[in-house]
Amino acid sequence: MTATLSVDRLRVGFSHRTGSIDAVDRVSLEIAPSECVGIVGESGSGKTQIFMAAMGLLPRNAQVSGSVRFEGNEMLALDAPALNRVRGSKLTMIFQDPMTSLTPHLKIGTQLAEVMVAHLGVSWKDARSFAGRMLERVHVPEPQRRLNQYPHELSGGMRQRVMIAMSLLCEPSLVIADEPTTALDVTIQAQIIELLRAVRGEFGMALVLISHDLAVVAGLADRILVMYAGNVVENSIAAELFRHPRHPYTAELLKCMASVSGPRLARLPTLAGQPPRPGELLEACPFAPRCSRAADRCRIERPQLSGSPASQVACHFPLSA
Amino acid sequence: MNNTLLRVRDLRVDFGAHAVVRGVNFDLSAGETVGLVGESGSGKSTLARAILRLLQAAQGSVEFLGLDLLKCPPAALRAQRRGLQIVFQDPLASLDPRMTVGETIAEPLKVFEPGLSAGARRQKVGDMLQRVGLSSEMSGRYPHEFSGGQCQRIGIARAMILSPKLLICDEIVSSLDVSIQGQIVNLLLDLQDAGMAVLFISHNLAVVRHLCHRVLVMYLGKLVEIAPCDALFASPVHPYTRALLAAVPHMPHAAVAAAPAAAPGEPAASGEVDAPGDVDAPGEVAALDLTASGCAFRARCLYALPVCETRDPPLLEVAPGHWAACHRSHETLNPLSWEPV
Repeated sequence: MTATLSVDRLRVGFSHRTGSIDAVDRVSLEIAPSECVGIVGESGSGKTQIFMAAMGLLPRNAQVSGSVRFEGNEMLALDAPALNRVRGSKLTMIFQDPMTSLTPHLKIGTQLAEVMVAHLGVSWKDARSFAGRMLERVHVPEPQRRLNQYPHELSGGMRQRVMIAMSLLCEPSLVIADEPTTALDVTIQAQIIELLRAVRGEFGMALVLISHDLAVVAGLADRILVMYAGNVVENSIAAELFRHPRHPYTAELLKCMASVSGPRLARLPTLAGQPPRPGELLEACPFAPRCSRAADRCRIERPQLSGSPASQVACHFPLSA
Repeated sequence: MNNTLLRVRDLRVDFGAHAVVRGVNFDLSAGETVGLVGESGSGKSTLARAILRLLQAAQGSVEFLGLDLLKCPPAALRAQRRGLQIVFQDPLASLDPRMTVGETIAEPLKVFEPGLSAGARRQKVGDMLQRVGLSSEMSGRYPHEFSGGQCQRIGIARAMILSPKLLICDEIVSSLDVSIQGQIVNLLLDLQDAGMAVLFISHNLAVVRHLCHRVLVMYLGKLVEIAPCDALFASPVHPYTRALLAAVPHMPHAAVAAAPAAAPGEPAASGEVDAPGDVDAPGEVAALDLTASGCAFRARCLYALPVCETRDPPLLEVAPGHWAACHRSHETLNPLSWEPV
């Protein structure tokens, strides 16, 4: 079976007055049909940029090399009209802030219908009635009234439901949700996670869930990729990752997550130091300066991602499984 | 208690016709860390700003060391603010980009200790930078040269330079990555050990749990539960508090993750990933209809009774030091949406 999304040695750099810096450094990954993959990493780790490259949404000063194939088609080679046929229909994205990703001066119904008019060529009338049904499927109360409302009239949670409805209109093969709950309150976050779980079961598409919060990803993802400084450092089955983190960074990250259960700690564990600035340490392990297990080899040779399909790690001295 | 530092009574803040803080009462003792939690729009930040008189309260009193801040004349208020400092959420936006970090931290000293020599001031700034985990050589740098976590330390250093009695922290870890959050929380724990009182506003319940002695839960402008930290997490009373706790996503195998060294020899934990259960507070925070009577949470409450429609429940003590505003606070509500650990 071909992968829904296949990324091969993707490099995303940004030109800068002092040269070029790499936000994504030779990343390879695959997303299978109907699979839910969590992408976890701290700010600046490059987790969003991979998918911005796949969507053709990188800014002008970005330099991209490598390959991103969506359902077998090379996305990096597509021109704007060809990209527009794919994105928004078969490949869709949900962003962190639903207020800035909806158009403020268009009614919800118009924005939803527009997607189907553009991609499926249906009439505005049919598109609007389908939009209303889709709002109902994502549990927006009073869907018919919402169609005539503007984004500012909806709460943050409602707007995110509208975004999810929009992403599903053309029966996508892959939905990319980039920090879909970060801007929301914890009670609303729980509702949106539930909704994503439900629509995944109902629509059967593959789902990429990008988040800085391992706990958000934990409840949904089949597999989790951990990113650090533009690299995938671990790629494991979700249950395996939580039970036996293999990369020292993953283990540290899990330790740092304060919990509402378990013993109260006198001090929270912390991770000393900072991630390297992009461009530094090209031939070393990017985590070596902060790693308690680092040896000489880590400072001269970059570890490659390797291991079984259930658990891959980019580390010379991984924690034992 | 005679070591009460802050005494807030019947505090009310209106924005136009809208009541944002609706009669809040609480005390904060010297050296105590109190968490203030609730969803966005519950009035947490407004309450903090009203306490500092950064915005005008409609009624009530805020006694700080026995003096009502809301009624005292400007000069006296200014003198009091020395003992009452705030750190804001956005670390970069709350620092002046054109001032060096040293100038920023020295500014309160220039205002409150004008007699201090430039050398002594520099010394104090350098000491403070070290205390928050930065180095004194950094005082000549500008905010944009620092990371988010470092900027937050600078904000804390600026607030701490006058050795205040009370530090109000408004969502100071929310914009930081998890590996950095711990550093800021640990810094606050150090300040706590040094006798500082903290009002810690956050929607991050896990951080509140590790840091605070007591927790205030706010919903639509009112405190609905006040409890010692352990009691709140072990046996929350108000349905809203339970819903908040139940909504926190759980880490599978958190215990294993926290102590990976202890894993060998132990039976393997089950491979299941925790699925969050039912959503315990359906719906969302609504704009409050002031003409409506009754409990503000009733529309989202799984346990609402007819009486909740008509009468607003008062805050009553359900256990020593544990207060809740719920008509059913003395019942054992089932099903428990939050299992004590």
